[in-house]
Amino acid sequence: MKSEFDIQKHKLVPKHEIMTEEEISNEFSDVDYDFKNLPKIKVTDPVAESIGAKPGDILRITRESQTAGEFITYRIVEV
Amino acid sequence: MDEIRTKINEMIAEINETENLDIAFPDSYIEDLAEHYISRDLTDDELRELIIKLKLAYDRAHVEAGEAVGTVAAQSVGEPGTQMTMRTFHYAGVTELNVTLGLPRLIEIVDAREKIKTPTMDIYFTDEYKNDEEFVRTLANKIGKSTINDILKDFNLNYGTMEVEAVLDNKKIAEKRLDREEINAKIEKQFKKATKIDGDDVTISFTKTDSDFVIRELRLLADKFRDLQISGIKNIGRVIIRRDDEWIIHTEGSNLKEVLSMEGIDQVRTTTNNIHEIGQVLGIEAARQSIIDEAQKTLSEQGLSVDVRHIMLVADIMTSEGVVKSIGRHGISGEKSSVLARAAFEETGKHLLHASIRGEVDDLTGIIENIIIGQPIPLGTGSVGVKMDYKNK
Repeated sequence: MKSEFDIQKHKLVPKHEIMTEEEISNEFSDVDYDFKNLPKIKVTDPVAESIGAKPGDILRITRESQTAGEFITYRIVEV
Repeated sequence: MDEIRTKINEMIAEINETENLDIAFPDSYIEDLAEHYISRDLTDDELRELIIKLKLAYDRAHVEAGEAVGTVAAQSVGEPGTQMTMRTFHYAGVTELNVTLGLPRLIEIVDAREKIKTPTMDIYFTDEYKNDEEFVRTLANKIGKSTINDILKDFNLNYGTMEVEAVLDNKKIAEKRLDREEINAKIEKQFKKATKIDGDDVTISFTKTDSDFVIRELRLLADKFRDLQISGIKNIGRVIIRRDDEWIIHTEGSNLKEVLSMEGIDQVRTTTNNIHEIGQVLGIEAARQSIIDEAQKTLSEQGLSVDVRHIMLVADIMTSEGVVKSIGRHGISGEKSSVLARAAFEETGKHLLHASIRGEVDDLTGIIENIIIGQPIPLGTGSVGVKMDYKNK
């Protein structure tokens, strides 16, 4: 009766990806804030767990936005 | 459509090159441009002009650096809030199922209550089952709570033999798609040896005959028997089955995790209105989206339209720490780093006392602190300063 369920497929869940070192340095080299001050996501968050994120990783989140069509944001994984 | 989008993107790149602009439109703008390019039958020159004009309008619509967006959001949500009724309406189209609406619901959302007044789920089915009435009814009864009381034909207390005598109704059992064997097993598990099942007749005998209050206790036993749960998922009460274009189940109470793991449930569209539960099961980003959806739904049901950007800002702040936090004393406002800002909000004495005991330092970086001590506030034109250029003396 139980069935497997892919959390990222749910309509409320946007796409989460773990960023590579290179992507991080490209993305945050020209901003005047420290990327450590990004919004946070818990390492125990169901989505973070499902993609195997570790504390200190940065997740790229591609939301479907009502105003901008598509919107990319970032969250830093913390304990 | 794709060709036109590429064409527009190429044209934007060309304009950026020749006019020395830095146009970077969001996707929705490209979409709108493409739509109008087709519907208005624009020439390339006209499209070019449109893009340049749009760039001007886009820049004008941008929020200036130093703008008090939080205050504007608070006012924009707060003012329509005063027009909301305190009444609770019934769920549109469905009788009986009550859902908290209006101002109480809005307060519930921004307070990030863990226990909301009327949790409810909307359960959808996969394509395979969404038109299968039999399957939906079976599942609805598996999800919804049923007790023995729902399947009784006759029920008696026999004070002579001190027994509870019940006759189960097979028609009702069939209607609820329940399994007779399972019901028998549940009764036997609950009442052990006192149970006697003979066809449809169920007899529970009363064993503690040495008590002084035998009649009262027999009645309590009868209540216990009638309230025995024979189906349902934890935290879910009644269910309502509804058919629009497909079968949908609405529930009273909510248990997203259990329901999502059931066979035949649409794991894409099935949701709950409990934001904390969404945060736990689907993550913080889903909770953010849910705050936006629920707040917007609540406002629009009352005929109020608030720009979604204000609500998005509220949702962003509430979820920025990785867990859903409330606006107000126990959440955002109560955790500001500045002592003076916290003291100015609520519980002034407590915050000043604790700060002085711990020797807290206030850097005076926020708005409220600076108002209190009478300095220009870091907002709007106050948010820029003058710095000397040391290199060129």
